[in-house]
Amino acid sequence: MSGKSDKMGTSEKEFLAQAYTPSPTVPERPGSFGQLRKAPESFLEKSTIEAVSQSGVDENRRRLLRTSFTTALAGMLGAGLSARAAAAEGDPDILTLPPWSKSLGNAVATNPYGQPSKYEANIVRRQSPGLTQTAQASVSFSPLQGMFGMITASGLHFERHHQGWVDVDPRRHRLMINGLVSKPMVFTMDDLMRLPSVSRIHFIECGANTGMEWGNAAVPTVQYTHGMLSCSEFTGVPLSLLLEHAGYDKARGKYVLAEGADGSSMTRTIDIERALDDVIVAYGMNGEMLRPENGYPLRLVVPGVQGVSSVKWLRRLEVGDKPYATKDEAIHYVDLMPDGQSRQYTSIQEAKSVITSPSGGQRLMTKGYYNVTGLAWSGRGTVKRVDVSFDGGRNWYTANLEGAVLPKALTRFNIGWVWDGKPAILQSRVVDSTGYVQPLKRQLKEVRGTRSVYHNNAIQSWRVMESGEVENVQIA
Amino acid sequence: MFKLPDGFTRHVGVLLMMAVLSACGQGGDEKAEAAAVTPPVASPWQSGYEDIGRTAKPAEVAAWDIDVRPDFTGLPAGSGSVEQGEEIWLARCAACHGDFGDSNKFFSPLALGNVTPQDIESGHVAALNDPTRVRTTLMKVATVSTLWDYIDRAMPWNAPKSLSTDDVYSLVAYLLSLDYIVDEDFVLSNENIAEVQARLPNRNGMTQDHGLWKIDGEPDVHNTACMTDCESSVEVASSIPSFARNAHGNLRDQMRSFGPFQGVNTSEEQGEKMMLASEDKAPAAPKAGLAASAPMDLLTSNGCLGCHQVDNKLVGPAFTAVAKKYADREDAVAYLSQKIRQGGSGVWGGATMPPMAQLSEGKADEIASWLAQ
Repeated sequence: MSGKSDKMGTSEKEFLAQAYTPSPTVPERPGSFGQLRKAPESFLEKSTIEAVSQSGVDENRRRLLRTSFTTALAGMLGAGLSARAAAAEGDPDILTLPPWSKSLGNAVATNPYGQPSKYEANIVRRQSPGLTQTAQASVSFSPLQGMFGMITASGLHFERHHQGWVDVDPRRHRLMINGLVSKPMVFTMDDLMRLPSVSRIHFIECGANTGMEWGNAAVPTVQYTHGMLSCSEFTGVPLSLLLEHAGYDKARGKYVLAEGADGSSMTRTIDIERALDDVIVAYGMNGEMLRPENGYPLRLVVPGVQGVSSVKWLRRLEVGDKPYATKDEAIHYVDLMPDGQSRQYTSIQEAKSVITSPSGGQRLMTKGYYNVTGLAWSGRGTVKRVDVSFDGGRNWYTANLEGAVLPKALTRFNIGWVWDGKPAILQSRVVDSTGYVQPLKRQLKEVRGTRSVYHNNAIQSWRVMESGEVENVQIA
Repeated sequence: MFKLPDGFTRHVGVLLMMAVLSACGQGGDEKAEAAAVTPPVASPWQSGYEDIGRTAKPAEVAAWDIDVRPDFTGLPAGSGSVEQGEEIWLARCAACHGDFGDSNKFFSPLALGNVTPQDIESGHVAALNDPTRVRTTLMKVATVSTLWDYIDRAMPWNAPKSLSTDDVYSLVAYLLSLDYIVDEDFVLSNENIAEVQARLPNRNGMTQDHGLWKIDGEPDVHNTACMTDCESSVEVASSIPSFARNAHGNLRDQMRSFGPFQGVNTSEEQGEKMMLASEDKAPAAPKAGLAASAPMDLLTSNGCLGCHQVDNKLVGPAFTAVAKKYADREDAVAYLSQKIRQGGSGVWGGATMPPMAQLSEGKADEIASWLAQ
């Protein structure tokens, strides 16, 4: 038990009595306290409550209950019985100083590489159970529901590996440029990091992001519907500089093949217009070197194009006159159309947006004001506008775009909303700098059917139920 | 910011502000304005890096330039028979892909017999129009070079780039024979691979006629930015069924434990078990500890959830089924912990559970305790 509960002198019996007191699903704001707390029974599982009711408290369950009470204590003090008891005086979290206000803090460099608070343990990358049969050719999704702003913390950047991730020794890493060049070349990391560099903020989105949702609502939260999406500041050498450096054949060079140094040696074809535009041979990410899962020490970043082209652990670039039809552009990453033909070399990630909070699996705790927030992006340019609907697309209101609005980067949007406690359906819709408007799910299906897996950029719908629970739905 | 006294010229004001700002270590718009007063000087060294990097030696290019294009540029000379391919396949490929390339245990099937002689004739695989058919590699691939290139660079799964050139020819030949694209006595070589390409069932099944290749490509789906009265009726066509609410684990434990949008508890029963497993932990992080993210994280990071779900049978049994089966066994924790670390097969059917040797005994015990409770 914490010191606080001892001070309160409240017996376990009283806690039990309190735990059994039913409270409304959507609790009212308790008195003048600033922070809304969940009802204490949220910390006790229903089956435990039932079991205790039936057979009393044996030693094992007592231990369990004690644990839950300890953890629930902070919440309980702000609501219900203890709130009522203490209401006359004020918030116990104010009146009783917490331990961190009455003790010496930790030394500098206690964590030489800083870590998130232990209270943030829920905001991590996750796999979608059953999506892939192996964990090496798989995906971990970014927890968009818990993220802010436009930059993805490096440790939360989504992962997509085709044959596992590797930690490459940068002193043994080489980049080769060959093919239609006047001089095939080799660079060490020392060489690359001496060359002129650029730092640019870009999103990387897997072509299969939202791919599970073509036919029906399939996964519960925005982490799984849209979490193959991240945005970072990348630092490196412009690919155009390296191609010029090697003397690429300007007449015949139409494509660049990028190849990884890992076991899969992933290969992808980049057309020369993209390659000469804004592609970066990157080593830096958000102020530090790339993380191993994201291609340390060298990766390609192909802004606006599906993530598979941003080849990780980049070891080779070949200039050629024809596309390469590699495994990930001839067997996977081809979009099956209703007529049985597959679209090959589908690359550009068209404009897309999603509300990240509130979103599936979350609960609005009371009626009243909420800041509705989300992300918008376009592989063809910048976000021009984001509109948000609260009634399933009947009426729309324009959201605020926050901070820098950059080409081929995530853009954060916010809009205020007062929930009246009635069912609602929240949607967001982006318009990009080309004038393209993010499509409805049915418009997308009319053209592409439901079996193309890739490039699902439809408007996402979140239904808010009267209980405050938010769920993933699709509108007819 | 302070207000400038009347009579100061803008120039003097800026200089004064600069002095104040540099004294307190701040910057901002004023600094940028000051920079405009003194024109920037471009570096004269815009080039000069031509000597960075070196020429690749022919042997180096040969060692790494292994790609094979659809027109067979890059294909090394060699050959291999279906018969040799079968032998290598059974030794090095069948464990994952099945003896006949039809297993979906670890990867999508490569061959399933969905390819017909008519497809080989037309170059379009008709079964791709049937949503009930599993789409196999041999139904989809339009270029035989892709098979050769990929097997050569990335297979076998756990030992990529360990096959000889002739091994790769043999394996491609064997794979093609599984859907009768080549006969069982066929010998594939760089000489006749173009003839095989002409028989590839889906060779005409790709199109590049779309707007997603180029950045200025024409979009194929069009919406308008309507603002009011846009839909006459709004009907929910699809939502997550209630029995699947917890299929991704307890969503309560996947959201921040404070703030306006906390997670919905989708698994009361599971939540209780997790709490028991972690009850000895310091109660420092209220819900995170409760979440016993411990077992869930272990299950996730060790790939358990690839084959097991909590309530449903997948490749392996449901965790609830395991818990039920060993509910009365006294040494359940020790038994399950050992099974987790050593793997096995036969208890729940033919599927093999690989040994989870990377787990320490303590970690395996943690999962086993959770299961046993």
